[in-house]
Amino acid sequence: MLESLIQNVLNALQWGSYYSLIALGYCLVYGVLLLINFAHGDIFMVGAFIGLGVATFFLGNLGPELGLSGPVVLALTIPLTMILTAAVGVTLERIAYRPLRRKGAHRLYVVITALMCGLVLENGNLAILGASRRSFPQLIPTQVYDFGLFSVTNVKIAVILAAILVFIFLQFVVTKTKMGMAMRAISWDKFAIPLMGIPVDSIIVFTFILGSGFAGLAGVLFAMSYPVLEPYMGAMVGWKAFIAAVVGGIGDIRGAFAGGFLLGFVEIMVVAVFPSTMRDLISFTILLVILTWKPTGLFGMAKTTKI
Amino acid sequence: MAIRNDPGATIRAGETLATSGFDLRSLSVPAILLIAFVGLLAACMTGALNLYMQTVLMFMGINIIMSTSLNLINGNMGEFACGHAAFMAVGAYVSSLVTVILFTQSKFGAPLLPPELTLLAFPLALLIGSLAAALVGLLIAIPSFKTRGDYLAIITIAALYIVKSAIENIDAIGGARGFMGMRRVTNAMEQTLDLPWMVIWIFIGTVFTVWIIRRYVSSTYGKGVMAICQDEVAAEIMSVNTNHIKLVTFMLSSGLAGLAGGLFAHVLGYINPGSFTILKSTEALVMVYLGGMGSISGAVMSAMLFTLLLESLRFIIPWIDQLLHLIHVLPAGYEISQVWKWVLIPLLLILLMQFRPEGIMGNRELSDIFPRLRKFYKFK
Repeated sequence: MLESLIQNVLNALQWGSYYSLIALGYCLVYGVLLLINFAHGDIFMVGAFIGLGVATFFLGNLGPELGLSGPVVLALTIPLTMILTAAVGVTLERIAYRPLRRKGAHRLYVVITALMCGLVLENGNLAILGASRRSFPQLIPTQVYDFGLFSVTNVKIAVILAAILVFIFLQFVVTKTKMGMAMRAISWDKFAIPLMGIPVDSIIVFTFILGSGFAGLAGVLFAMSYPVLEPYMGAMVGWKAFIAAVVGGIGDIRGAFAGGFLLGFVEIMVVAVFPSTMRDLISFTILLVILTWKPTGLFGMAKTTKI
Repeated sequence: MAIRNDPGATIRAGETLATSGFDLRSLSVPAILLIAFVGLLAACMTGALNLYMQTVLMFMGINIIMSTSLNLINGNMGEFACGHAAFMAVGAYVSSLVTVILFTQSKFGAPLLPPELTLLAFPLALLIGSLAAALVGLLIAIPSFKTRGDYLAIITIAALYIVKSAIENIDAIGGARGFMGMRRVTNAMEQTLDLPWMVIWIFIGTVFTVWIIRRYVSSTYGKGVMAICQDEVAAEIMSVNTNHIKLVTFMLSSGLAGLAGGLFAHVLGYINPGSFTILKSTEALVMVYLGGMGSISGAVMSAMLFTLLLESLRFIIPWIDQLLHLIHVLPAGYEISQVWKWVLIPLLLILLMQFRPEGIMGNRELSDIFPRLRKFYKFK
């Protein structure tokens, strides 16, 4: 009983890590732009596929010539994937969101555009690469550390550590650096900030770089632990991560982090107790109850509206 | 948002018997609708419209119901709800269950009523489905009293997942495998009286939806919806009972979506939870924002355009494929399949948003763009 409980807690930590990593990206973009970037889940999917492409490129095309081993390829894959995924996110911002922002379109039109961008990404992937599921190459041998009561794999440890490190890094960036101060300032008052000489557009691009880069990281880590990739894998995870971010209190990094882990825990525990088809039903009901009890999320602040 | 001019405040040209309160203009819209209805029936009966075209027209009607009902929440009330497919699912399942249990030999037992009664019972079944969907609409309406904006978006998405997951977990209605048997009900209707009944019901449902939404939004009570859109707190202070308005609006909108779902189920003859995913909600959202927020005529037009676009791409995509192969852009082994449909449509929409961010109509009705139209009709 205790063994399975600890094992489930570890699984929940791993599962929650992905949600947290994606929810952090949602939260950054929302905090600065007040825009629900619905394409974020699909950026995560694109990140996983870019990781697959980069890894197979180094293993297959260059590997025999350079003699790269698995860990070296992984060390190359992660930063490259993060950079390329960040480029995808910034591209979306530049071609789809920025012109609308410039025109002063209604906020919801930008949200719809984001939804459409997500559809383009996932269906474009399906159309170009086909519907066959692709498998991620095994880059590092799986090691199992047995602690008697429970056992963990090295990938699981890496995922949980990555989520925590990313959270600490983002918290540092947002609270301690000038860039973070500018981000908070934009979300505070986007009309006065340009007058202070802060380049709003570059701050927004930086936000997208951060969010999309970490979505790419989440994609690679996801592909390493569940090595089956398909074009629609980002949609469901993305929606759920967004809900997690909201339950945590959107616009607050701690909230996104906590919400991701909360959703991971709820889902894994529901599957452990109930039949697995009930997962969405029960977990979303719990989230609805939380939102009804605290309408602005766990870490959210109630806003006052002036008339 | 500009406050729309009250059409009654403009000087009425062609005022006829204003004293008696009867106005010939009030007959023009029903007359046009009647002519359209008779023309449609004649075209269907004589075979001028083949079955495929009839199906496209029927989906057009269903999409009009979906887009106008979602427009009530997203456009007129200014909330952001994206769980409209959930209500459609509830309406589809409940009304199909009613008709299948009552009229066909199914696993629920023998038919309870003779097939001649289908014509009477079918609208009632649709009504029951709509009422059930409206009750599920309470799921969203009650949290919406406290939450606003993006939090409400989440609640609606969560409600969508809850409904879909609940349907998947009820084995009695087929679970994830789906539910069928509605085809026999529509066949029974056609055997009773040989008319294209589904076309008729969808036409009536569409007209009813547009009429009731127009009546609701332009009524004194319905001005509260617009007030909530402008500023909720101010509306509350100005004695608009916001909770009440939200409750009624959400229930009306979800009930109409349930009506669309019931019609959808009986057109297809087979439903499964996979038909009511977030993609279905996205379609409805696209239609609303394509037409322009808060514009009924915009929602109707965009639903028509969207349906036609979806269907025409079926023929355009192979044509593009041949063209690209002719000029040797594509490798010979690769062909552009129907999957590209859902790449092209979002791309078109993104482009449209870039050039016309307010949608086709942008919070105006046809009569605001062509004020002279008001001479000819009076439509509340």
